[in-house]
Amino acid sequence: VTVVDRPDRTRSARPRSRSPRPWTRDRVERAVFGVLRWVVIVFFLLATLVPFYYMVMLSVRPIEDLLLRPMSLIVDIGQLTLSTYAEVLRPTGAGGQGFLGLLRNSALVALASMVLALVLAVPGAYAVSRLPFFGRRQVSSLFLAVYLFPGIVLAIPLFVVLTKLQLRGELFGLVLVYIAQTVPVAIYMLKNYFTTIPESVEEAGMVDGLGRLGVIRRISLPLALPSIMATGIFVFMIAWNEFLFALLFLVERRDQWTVSLGLAQLSGSVEVPTTVLMAGSVVITVPIVLLFFLTERMLSEGLASGAEKG
Amino acid sequence: MTRVRDVSEEPAAAPKVARRRQPQTLRQRDARSGLLLITPTLVIIIAVVIVPLAWSVLIAFQELRLINIGRTGLFDNLTLDNFRRVFGSSVLWQSLLTTVVYTVASTFLTIALGLIAALAVRRPFRGRTAVRAAMLIPYVAPVVAVTFVWRILLNPEFGFVNGVGTRVFGWDDPVAFLSQSSGVLTLFGVDIPVPTALLTVIAFQGWRYFPFAFLFLLARIQAIPGELEEAARVDGATPSQTFRHVILPQLMPLITVLAVLRIIWTFNEFDDIFLLTGGAAGTQVVSIRVFELLTVQRNVGAAAAQSVFLAAALLLLVGIYLWMLRRREGGSP
Repeated sequence: VTVVDRPDRTRSARPRSRSPRPWTRDRVERAVFGVLRWVVIVFFLLATLVPFYYMVMLSVRPIEDLLLRPMSLIVDIGQLTLSTYAEVLRPTGAGGQGFLGLLRNSALVALASMVLALVLAVPGAYAVSRLPFFGRRQVSSLFLAVYLFPGIVLAIPLFVVLTKLQLRGELFGLVLVYIAQTVPVAIYMLKNYFTTIPESVEEAGMVDGLGRLGVIRRISLPLALPSIMATGIFVFMIAWNEFLFALLFLVERRDQWTVSLGLAQLSGSVEVPTTVLMAGSVVITVPIVLLFFLTERMLSEGLASGAEKG
Repeated sequence: MTRVRDVSEEPAAAPKVARRRQPQTLRQRDARSGLLLITPTLVIIIAVVIVPLAWSVLIAFQELRLINIGRTGLFDNLTLDNFRRVFGSSVLWQSLLTTVVYTVASTFLTIALGLIAALAVRRPFRGRTAVRAAMLIPYVAPVVAVTFVWRILLNPEFGFVNGVGTRVFGWDDPVAFLSQSSGVLTLFGVDIPVPTALLTVIAFQGWRYFPFAFLFLLARIQAIPGELEEAARVDGATPSQTFRHVILPQLMPLITVLAVLRIIWTFNEFDDIFLLTGGAAGTQVVSIRVFELLTVQRNVGAAAAQSVFLAAALLLLVGIYLWMLRRREGGSP
């Protein structure tokens, strides 16, 4: 780079010394971009946050108020109500929408997927990153391909299989699908972390008489714990947010609906007021956004380090 | 716990040593543990992904409806009718065109927005961490919740956007953003026909997925050594020239990878469109069609044929991606 730069440097130095403070293109650009940068930041903040603010704001207003003043973005304190939350959470038997039960289903599915995916992915990732087994590279490529392969293509055969096995309508069938979809990406994320642990640390453990599994348990796992947690939360979020398979497998059994499916099914009906469903949206969004903020740094780094590797 | 594990490992290795009468090397033992550790994952992937995929190819050649799933054997009713049906229908080509437009436009929009956002927050300022985190929210929030908010925001009767549009900007009528297949945009007295709903779902894609590009691009921009830009500045380059000739070339490999990833995912995107428009108003992409064949028409065979076609297109894309990745890895040690 330096070799190419040198001739340019002498040439461009001249005009600058001749006129002390002209409105050069450089100055104009710096001024414009200096302002534009803040405009862009404000624009993006508004664009990302306003829909979520709108969601919360609608959830605490009575529906009549919304229909009367559709443009208002501020809640009238006198009109403030939390009855929408009560209605959406109450069981269907008590005249509510039963979201509490749906939240339980979602939590169950997401937790089970997270735990099982980690149980599979941690040893798998270690093997892929450290142990020279036969076909390691092919397995790596296979996982990447599975990760990239989106749901809709798999949906039909799985739908048929689960129908045949009579697992449709069971949360367990859903967990199975989520594991298969998330383990590859979990292995991919963890693998990148395991490779950063210096091999000399593990060898020291072996010299001290640990077997390979002992090394994994006593040395690699504790070192990788933050990444393992981040990966687990990532899986949890995927399972919590998933919609297509929940729709295909559970739609006929309301008591087994996940909360995402419940919201999607009810948002099509005219009987449930919009504000009540907004309360439902807040209820399913808050846990995920909280989890994300608690672990944002870990997650971003985990994801971004994956990107640098390719 | 540890003791139990260690013991269980030793006997497994010991008899082998005795039998072969030559000690197993560490490498051999590692290879065995490796296979052992990866096997459970492999089994699940093969059972839940690979076998179903292969089977769906078979189903594509079968006359199979949802009601007779239980009675149809693995190789019963083989036929080519599904493909004849799928390729013979003009709906396929229309929805393929929609899919391609949707994919290309939203991939471009996603990456452009991500790049602009990354450039805006690259230099430190007060509250940057918070701004960065806020920009990632659309990507992590549940798709069902965000599509629902968009639907309400864009609602012609009581949505905020139409409220502002009619009362502040003086639109004649509220715009049915999600149910109007084509509208007329009047710009400086010229009427331009626009596919309203398709543009809206593309805008939604840009909004929801720009954080993905933003995250990666920001990490990459911050990894560019400062001297590079300083050198450009000393050479008299303006900010736009620095971007064009110094920063952009550094980002290009990543942008390519992001574009391929987004294309792969958008090409088969189902949730967003299904939840926003239900595939109506000129937004019927191929994945929505597969879903309708499966659940509305209950024709499993035709749905499989359609999805096999989709998978083939996808395999091509993944192949290109892996090939590019390998070339990149080969280039830089």
